[in-house]
Order: sequence, then C-alpha cells, then structure tokens
Amino acid sequence: MTITAPATPRALPLLGPTRKLKVPKQAERRLSNGLTVIAVRRPAVPLVELRLWLPFGRTHLARGAMLSQTMLAGTQTHTATQIAAELQKVGGGLSAGIDPDRLMVSGAGLVTGLNRMLELLADVLTGATYPADWVGTERDRLIDRIQVAQSQPAHLARTALLKRIYGGHPYAVQTPEPDQIRAVKPPALRKLHAERVHPAEAVLVLVGDVRPERALDAAEQALAGWRGDTRGVDLPPTPPLEPGPLLLVDRPGSVQSSLRIALPAVPRTHPDHAALQLANLVFGGYFSSRWVENIREDKGYTYGPHSAVEHSVAGSVLVAAAEVATEVTGPALLETTYELGRLASLPPKPDELEQARQYALGTLQLGMSTQAGLASLTSAYAGNGLRLDFLAEHAARLAKATAEDVAEVASRYLAPAKAVTVVLGDADRIEGQLAALTPVRRESE
Amino acid sequence: MPTRRVKIPATKYPVERYTLDNGLRVVLTPDRSAPVIGVAVVYDVGIRSEPEGRTGFAHLFEHLMFQGSENLEKLAHFRHVQGAGGTFNGSTHLDYTDYFETLPSNALERALFLEADRMRGPRLTEENLRNQVDVVKEEIRVNVLNRPYGGFPWLTLPPVMFDTFPNAHDGYGSFVDLESATVADAADFFRRYYASGNAVLAVSGDIDVAEATALIERHFSDVPARPAPRRPDFTEPDLTAERRESYTDQLAPLPAVAGAWRVPDPIDDFAGYLPYVVLAEVLTDGDASRLVERLVQRDRSVTGLGGYLGFMGDPFDVRDPTALLLQAHLPPGGDVDKVLRTIDEEVDRLATDGLTEGELARTQARMATHLLRDTDAVLGRALQMAVLEQQRGEPGLLNELPRLVGEVTEEQVRAAAATLRPERRAAVEVIPGGAR
Repeated sequence: MTITAPATPRALPLLGPTRKLKVPKQAERRLSNGLTVIAVRRPAVPLVELRLWLPFGRTHLARGAMLSQTMLAGTQTHTATQIAAELQKVGGGLSAGIDPDRLMVSGAGLVTGLNRMLELLADVLTGATYPADWVGTERDRLIDRIQVAQSQPAHLARTALLKRIYGGHPYAVQTPEPDQIRAVKPPALRKLHAERVHPAEAVLVLVGDVRPERALDAAEQALAGWRGDTRGVDLPPTPPLEPGPLLLVDRPGSVQSSLRIALPAVPRTHPDHAALQLANLVFGGYFSSRWVENIREDKGYTYGPHSAVEHSVAGSVLVAAAEVATEVTGPALLETTYELGRLASLPPKPDELEQARQYALGTLQLGMSTQAGLASLTSAYAGNGLRLDFLAEHAARLAKATAEDVAEVASRYLAPAKAVTVVLGDADRIEGQLAALTPVRRESE
Repeated sequence: MPTRRVKIPATKYPVERYTLDNGLRVVLTPDRSAPVIGVAVVYDVGIRSEPEGRTGFAHLFEHLMFQGSENLEKLAHFRHVQGAGGTFNGSTHLDYTDYFETLPSNALERALFLEADRMRGPRLTEENLRNQVDVVKEEIRVNVLNRPYGGFPWLTLPPVMFDTFPNAHDGYGSFVDLESATVADAADFFRRYYASGNAVLAVSGDIDVAEATALIERHFSDVPARPAPRRPDFTEPDLTAERRESYTDQLAPLPAVAGAWRVPDPIDDFAGYLPYVVLAEVLTDGDASRLVERLVQRDRSVTGLGGYLGFMGDPFDVRDPTALLLQAHLPPGGDVDKVLRTIDEEVDRLATDGLTEGELARTQARMATHLLRDTDAVLGRALQMAVLEQQRGEPGLLNELPRLVGEVTEEQVRAAAATLRPERRAAVEVIPGGAR
C-alpha cells in the first residue's frame, strides 16, 4: 500500500501545560537500634511494598551469595516452608538479593498483612538458622544457576567488563565460582549473619496504602528487638578508567558480538550529573538517541542498544551495551565511536536537548507513579544517603542545563579516547574487523 | 494454629466504554492519583493469524507500525512520545497485537494523534521493511539463537502439542520467511486486520472523561470504517495419547523439561478455566507450594520450577486453544522421566487427597497481591482492559479478578488436577549440548 502525504497535513498537537513535579511526602524515624525507617503513602492499590537495604560491602563473595539464598530458609521458630506459607497467608512474599554494596530484602503483600510481614522479617533477621539440609540444596541450585549464567553472552561480557574496569577493586568480581560456593558451610553463614546483618546502618522503606506514622509504628514494634552494631566497612572509591587496547573475549560460534563500552561518570549529587544524564540520553540512553537511530533504525545492526549511567556506592560508570550481528561487529564499533566522538566534539542541537530533557523529566514522574517504583527509588536513594526531596533538586538541574553545559560535560565524559571497550564474540571472525579500527588485545581463555 | 482467612480486597477502577461510528471500541478508566496516563491500542490479530510461509509476520508487521504513517516521518513516533516525557512499545501475542505509550498526562492529545495516524495507515516502504527484517533477526538472535534455552518452552512446546499451522508454528519466524516478506504482504495484512472495527483503544490514568471523549472523537472519528475480519476457527482436539519430544540445545549446560495440558476455553468457559489458574499457583508458587516442596526441596531432582497458564504466560489475554504449563530445570545428569513421573504422582495426590488446611486460601491471597500489583501501573490497566474488552467485551473484569480467583473452591481445584493425566500431556525436553 502506498500512503501519499495528505493534501492538508495534520499538525502534531501541542503538549498541555507541564505539571509541576510533586514529590510525595515521606515520614522517617530512626529506631533506638539504629535502623532508619522511611514510609511513603501511595494508596493506589491495597498493598504495601517493603525494601530493606543492609550495607554489605566487602563481604566474602560466595558466603554473601549463599547467605542471600538461605536467609529465609528457617528460623528458631519456623521452617522455610512455614515462613513461605505464613507470608502467603497475608498475600505476602519476601526475597533476598545481594550486590557488592548491599543485601536487599524485598517483598510486597496485602496492606492488612503489614504487621505480620514485619514480624516474619524480624524473625528472619534475628533468628535465621541456616539449616544444613537447606544450605546443601541451595548450594547445588546456586551452582547450577551460575553455570547457566556462564553460558549467557550478556553475563560473560559483563564479567569481562567488570574485571577490566575495576582491576583490584571489590567490584571487579561479582559472581562467585562454583568451587567457592561448594566450600560454604552453615557455620560460616551463621557467623556472617551475626557479624553483618545489623540494623545500625540499614534502611527499611515501606510504601503503600498505609498512613506513614502507622507504618513507622508497626516497623518499630516489630523490629526494635533486632540488635547489632556493624563496624563501618567502607568500600574504597572505584579506580579511574584506564583506556587501552580493545579487549576481545572469544566465544566460538557466537552469532552475535556483545559490545560493551565503559566511560567515566559521576554520582547523583555531583554538579555534572544532570548534564551528563542529558548527554547520555542524546548519545544512546533512550530509543530516540543518535546511537539507536543510527545502528538500529538506519543500519539494522542490532535490536536493543542502550547506554546508562550506573551508580554504585563507591563510584559511577557509564556503560553502553549492544548485541550486534557477528558480520557487522567492526562497522557497529565504527558508528559507536563516531557517535561518541561527535557528541564529545560538537554541541547537541537545541531540539535534541529539549527532547532529552522532556524525557528525563517525564520518566521521573512515571517512575514515581507506582508503589513498587516509588519503593525501589526511595530505597536506592536512601542507600546512597539521599531522600526523595532530592528528586525536586535533580529535576531543577535537568530543567536548567544548557546546551553548553551538556557539550562541556560530553567532551569530558563521552570522549571515545576515554573509553574502555570489551567485545565478546567469535574472535576468529571479528578480530580482523576490530583490529582495522583500534588496537586489539585478545584474551586467552 | 487455626486458619483465619484474610479478606481479599478489590479495586474499583471506574470503566467507561463506547464505540465510535467507524467501529473502534473505546475504554476509559480515569484515576487522578498521579499525573500520568496509559494509552493502548490493541488489534485483534496475532501469531495465530499469520499466513503459511510467513512465520513471524505478525511480529514483523508490529515493527512496521513504528516506521512512519500518514503525517509522521520515520523516527517521528519515537521522538514525539519520548520528547513528551513518555515511553512506548508494542508486542505481538498469539491472539492480539498491542501498541502502547505511558506519558505525563499533558501529552494525552499527542498520544491519541500518534495512534490515530498509524491506524489510518503506516508508511510501508521497501527500505523500512528491509531495515526491520534486519532488526527482527537481531532480536531473534538475542532472545533465541545466541542464548541457552532460547525459545524454551514458548516456541518449542506448541509444535509438540498442536497439529495445525496457526497453533504450532514458530511465532518469531524463520529467517527464510522473514526475508521473503514483501511490502505487498504488509499492505494486505494491514488492510485485512488493522481495521477500525478490529481494534480497541484504552486510555487510563489522569484524564477527564468528557475531555478525553472529545479528543478521541477529534482524532479517531475520521479513521475510515472497516469491519473486523471473521476470526478463523483455531480449535484442535485434545490429546488422547502422550506426546513427547526432545532436542539438543548447543548452548544449554543443563537439562530442562516442560509439559503442557489443554485447559477449558478461557473465554466461553471462564468458570471452568479459573480453577486451572489457581491450580498452577498451588503447584508452583513459592517455597510452600506442592511441587517446589517435593521436587526442589525433598527430592532435589529439580533446581528451578514454574507453572502458569498460556504459552506466553498470559492467563487472561488468550483464547482457546491454550494450556497449563509446568517447566522445570534439572541438575547435571537429571532424570527427566523421573521428574515427569513425580509431577504425575503429586498431581494425582492433590486430586485424590485434596488440599491441606489453609493451602488454598493462602495461595489465593498471594494471587490477589500479584493481580493487584499488576494493575497499579497505569499502563498495565490500559493494556489489560483493552484486551478484556476485545476478547470478552468486559474490561471491568479487571476489578473482579482477585475476588473471582478467591472464590475458586477446593473441589474445583481437585477436579482440575484430576484432568492433568499423562495421556493428555505434551512434553518437550531440552538435552544439554553445552555441558562443560
């Protein structure tokens, strides 16, 4: 079918007046045991979301991973099955996860079950027993999961990138080896729990259809008996990126290459952050970016290229990632370097910047519009020492950033000369393509 | 401890529904608690309707709907949505294809304009077609060909269970078929299926109903009227003997298996269908569920387990024929036959001995949380109500689901379990070719 442009083109409707960003009010209380509790009311659905952030930096990798797998496996009063069933009764569920910064216990349930969920959480925090049979089962499951992860290109590329950019820093290795998991026994988990699962620097966030003061009271009543004082364990700041030859990791037979590019970035509170976020959007941080329009919508090299600033407690980094067809790996790198270099060298056009700005501001609104989104955002902020009112400050900075600000920041952070590049793929088929563009170091397995 | 059953709460999202003169059905569900909206347009065409020799075409066509339209150049749609502070996407299902945006509410008219413009007609060009065939091939490589367990079981189980092309074929498509697609195919597909009478528009969130109604009239009333095509009969008879196939996945390090049983018609026999939705959760939801307790904890014969309705995990947005699926990942050297036998044994025990005290109520409470949580996002509401309108003429069912799930009885769950017989099962096994 041919659609010819209509005689009288229809005009794109203008946007209505922008609604001012309304940051929800939070209530906060520091309990006598040091636990910070933050509650936010969003009554949309009769549920409550729970996020408990426990600082967990510099813990033993395999023990930390196993602790998060088995924390809910039993207490002095409940078996694992009983914990799960008791949570289910109030429509609830809890799960634990870990990264190099924190242990996170999260869940959601019917708001009528808030007290019960908190009681069960307290039971786990104060009385987890790490029973040997469960630890054994979970050990095998985790080993299997790691083995499956190690067959996934995205995981392998990420692993190689982390090692390359973080060197000797604790962030460099984030997945334990199966042999390390095998060596973890219940006493080590009990010891780690006793040493590190403490309220002193932890933050509990509750968001949902509940009056904030009532949520704080419920948390205080359930969790006041949780004791312990973690010695402050600070992570060293992440090392600066050290550009060098492209690191090529072989994955024989791979039908795509996983392209990963790390660039410097700054934490949320840094004066450059808002402008950097906008520069990243213009480059590759959303669909309507130069990079996506180029390598997907023009060239068809890839499906979902994306770049994002990743914030961790010890530092921030910008990572651009794309899975590209093996035969166009070199051309895809060429276009990527071109787009980075173009933004680092020439200011963005005014309409490009406005579009990125609107996107950044609009998605702030969207991110706050669900209980789960609001809970995760509040928790991520709190874990980094921020509160929700920072959103308003950040929005003001986004609104203010000029094309000059963005160009200036882009020249310092997005310059291809500062990039660390890792490519995972069928090395024999792509090394020549890549070596035509940049020095390549091939990693031997 | 005596079991006190929690009261299952309900949402009260208001629903307005009406039909424009050109046959476009409209659902409005206002909620002014946050300054954001969801806009969804759902067309009643999906993977099951694509022609033989054109596997993957419904999905490829979905991509083409983003490539420009009457008043919009290529790339304009993306830029206009994101430049308004919103996000967008589309997805292709067995029975429908959806297109959607979520945005700050000051962009309502813009979103309506964008959807109306492509409903009048996408710009179908050779260049855009070739570009999107390339993009879709990369999508298939990312999601299927370059990863372990790619397409398991949603692409690999239907051909075991079903005999007819619409139900059995690969909905992502073969590269040969994708490359054979022509602009003329796309134009035919649009003319036939992307008719105003075959679509539903849903708008949720921070809207004033009168204002939204006027804006919808302004932008959609002159979309040319075309009737919905007759929907073909996709029914197939139930299995009468077990079907079992296996294949080697060169990237998979460990064995896996999935089994499926046909279930009652989700639309015509909703009351008969719901117990199966509950049954899947009784069997697999969480550490206190039957199969997790038995297979993962006691026998250690399985390391990961899932149970759900619909090949795409779509209990309330799929038509007949569909299935209850159970899938399991096994440890190294795991015995698939033994796992299937144990599942049969546990299902049989459930059918024969019934549920334990409180087992059903707690599962239903947890299901209510999941259902309510899914409706919290403004876009989720628009999408679900659009499909409920399209397939059932009943968008308000969204408010009723937690209660209806909570009313399923133990007898119904037992009766459902009794039908999961091995001779009605289709199963597919992944043989690990990537063990190291």
